[in-house]
Amino acid sequence: MQATTPPQAAIQPPFLEVRNLSVRFGGLTVVDGVSFTLAPGEVLGIVGESGSGKSMTALALMRLLPPGGTVTGDSLLFKGEDLLVAERRRLEEIRGGEIGMIFQEPMTALNPVLTIGDQIGETARRHLKIGRREARERSIEALRRVGIPDPEHRVDEFPHQLSGGMRQRVMIAMALVCGPKLLIADEPTTALDVTIQAQILELMQDLQEEYRMGIIMISHDLSVVSSFTDRVMIMYCGQVVEEAPASEVFDAPRHPYTEGLLASIPAVDRDVERLTAIEGAVPPPFDLPPGCRFAPRCTFARPACTTGAPPLAATGPGHRAACIRNTGYQFGTST
Amino acid sequence: MSQTTETLAPETPLLSVRNLRKEFVSGRAGLGRRKRTVLAVDGVSFDLERGETLGLVGESGCGKTTTGRLALRLLEPTSGEITFDGRDVRALSASDMRAARRDMQIIFQDPLGALNPRMTVGELIVEPLVIHRIGDPVSREHRLRELLGLVGLADYHASRFPHEFSGGQRQRICIARALALNPRFIVCDEAASALDVSIQAQILNLLQDLKNQLGLTYLFISHDLGVIRHISDRVAVMYLGQIVEIAAKAEVFDAPLHPYTLALLSSVPANLQGKKKFHTIRGDVPNPAAPPPGCRFHTRCPMAQDICRETPPQLRSMKSGHQVACHFAEKVDQDRNAGSPT
Repeated sequence: MQATTPPQAAIQPPFLEVRNLSVRFGGLTVVDGVSFTLAPGEVLGIVGESGSGKSMTALALMRLLPPGGTVTGDSLLFKGEDLLVAERRRLEEIRGGEIGMIFQEPMTALNPVLTIGDQIGETARRHLKIGRREARERSIEALRRVGIPDPEHRVDEFPHQLSGGMRQRVMIAMALVCGPKLLIADEPTTALDVTIQAQILELMQDLQEEYRMGIIMISHDLSVVSSFTDRVMIMYCGQVVEEAPASEVFDAPRHPYTEGLLASIPAVDRDVERLTAIEGAVPPPFDLPPGCRFAPRCTFARPACTTGAPPLAATGPGHRAACIRNTGYQFGTST
Repeated sequence: MSQTTETLAPETPLLSVRNLRKEFVSGRAGLGRRKRTVLAVDGVSFDLERGETLGLVGESGCGKTTTGRLALRLLEPTSGEITFDGRDVRALSASDMRAARRDMQIIFQDPLGALNPRMTVGELIVEPLVIHRIGDPVSREHRLRELLGLVGLADYHASRFPHEFSGGQRQRICIARALALNPRFIVCDEAASALDVSIQAQILNLLQDLKNQLGLTYLFISHDLGVIRHISDRVAVMYLGQIVEIAAKAEVFDAPLHPYTLALLSSVPANLQGKKKFHTIRGDVPNPAAPPPGCRFHTRCPMAQDICRETPPQLRSMKSGHQVACHFAEKVDQDRNAGSPT
């Protein structure tokens, strides 16, 4: 609870450093050379439409890809330890321990035949090497912390006895019971109604401030992500096309895809006569266009866009974008 | 293509529903077992003017989808009146109802589930014409091309199957199919909700264009407040089976009078200015099978008083065309004018 001074020592390795992460399924590359860093306690959002590779990026961070998927990369450093080369046993220690996870569908992520206390307790016992009784105590405490009323009784209930919002709170309790340093949340509020979504986001905000966790939040919803995070990465067709402070993404986007996404969202606080839709559809991973992958749908596209892929280049402090507009329509060096 | 009824004077609403109620029986009634009923829609009334889009917004379980189906008589109401173009829809015989359906169509959220995977797109789009025995193969072919063009698909798409299309294109197919019989009224039930935001914008634009081009009237059902604001002329907000507020779009979004509408609007992370604090209302939506007494929102309402726990507020007119079901709507209005929204 008490304010701790954030560790700023320069000798420390970065909290999370991802370099050139790629995910392949057979011959298809669904995540292509993603790089980013995360400071301790920082909240990063990853935004993209279906097929952008955002969820695969999240799963790759945990080395939890579905069968057939392979992760490659230069490094995936979590507090100085390269998770790309970590052994299975070590990964199992980290997952659910130092790195917590929340997924979109709490009903499918929870075991229907175990009480929620059993499920939270299982995580605690495994990672904290504690007994049944203490695990139960911790479960109740975690449920209380995430705002479940009457946790002493709720701990013995089954997932189907809870509402969707309550189930997501249980998922958060489970992710938090071991005191993770990093929380990966994949569409944590997408299945929820808007008033419940606001409750869950508020809870996650409070917990983040309390525990100073780093959070990576993955969502298709730009407004959810921007209201919650410090920094946002926009992904398209497996690549990062823009990365910027959350406020800048809205006020001064530098990639045409980000601009297009923003213009596509019907605003709730003002009237727009007509939405500016992005024409066409996201190309499938087996049929990617040459050069810039957004070029076929881009209103700014020039011939140069189809010959070379633009690199993710700095456009300002903390702001990167992969568009040749920002380099004066010069040929981008192919990455 | 063929208008089924003579058009009445333009001032009568195209669709008018009064006191619509729908009770679902849940669970089996057996020996020693009590039958449980859920009142999914409880006394809903509204008018839809010709050429108007009424947005129906609310959270899951509020009865918005059921209301849409009742309005089309796809579900039989437990009680209430439905008047479409001056005719009492509930009094129609089966064959008259079938004829009336040409005027009333629906577009669903999940286009793949709504399309038979073994039929080509062309067959799917002209199927309504075949069912209603309209035209011959030549005129249907002609109509098919017309419809494909209307929804932004190409002629060669007609020979393909639904699985070959993306979600957005499939929704275009569903829209073409809904338009085949030249309806005047379409219920759009979360018609763009399952789509990615860039595709959603395409479909919303298409629906707007079609409305202007063909003079359609929409009942647009969505949980997404941004979409509702964008597409609607008037908006009805539902909570636990009832309309709690109904007014012109600008009124509902800029000067809401019901605490639930306020809560919905402040829950939306729409403030696109970076991190913000969320203003939340406590608690979950109560179980629709056992709604709270009095005002159904009182369990979550920050303004609730004793009267709210006892007396259900009636939907009443506050300003011209602005109806609200809250004992303290005046206070909500005053608070806003005083610059301190709840």
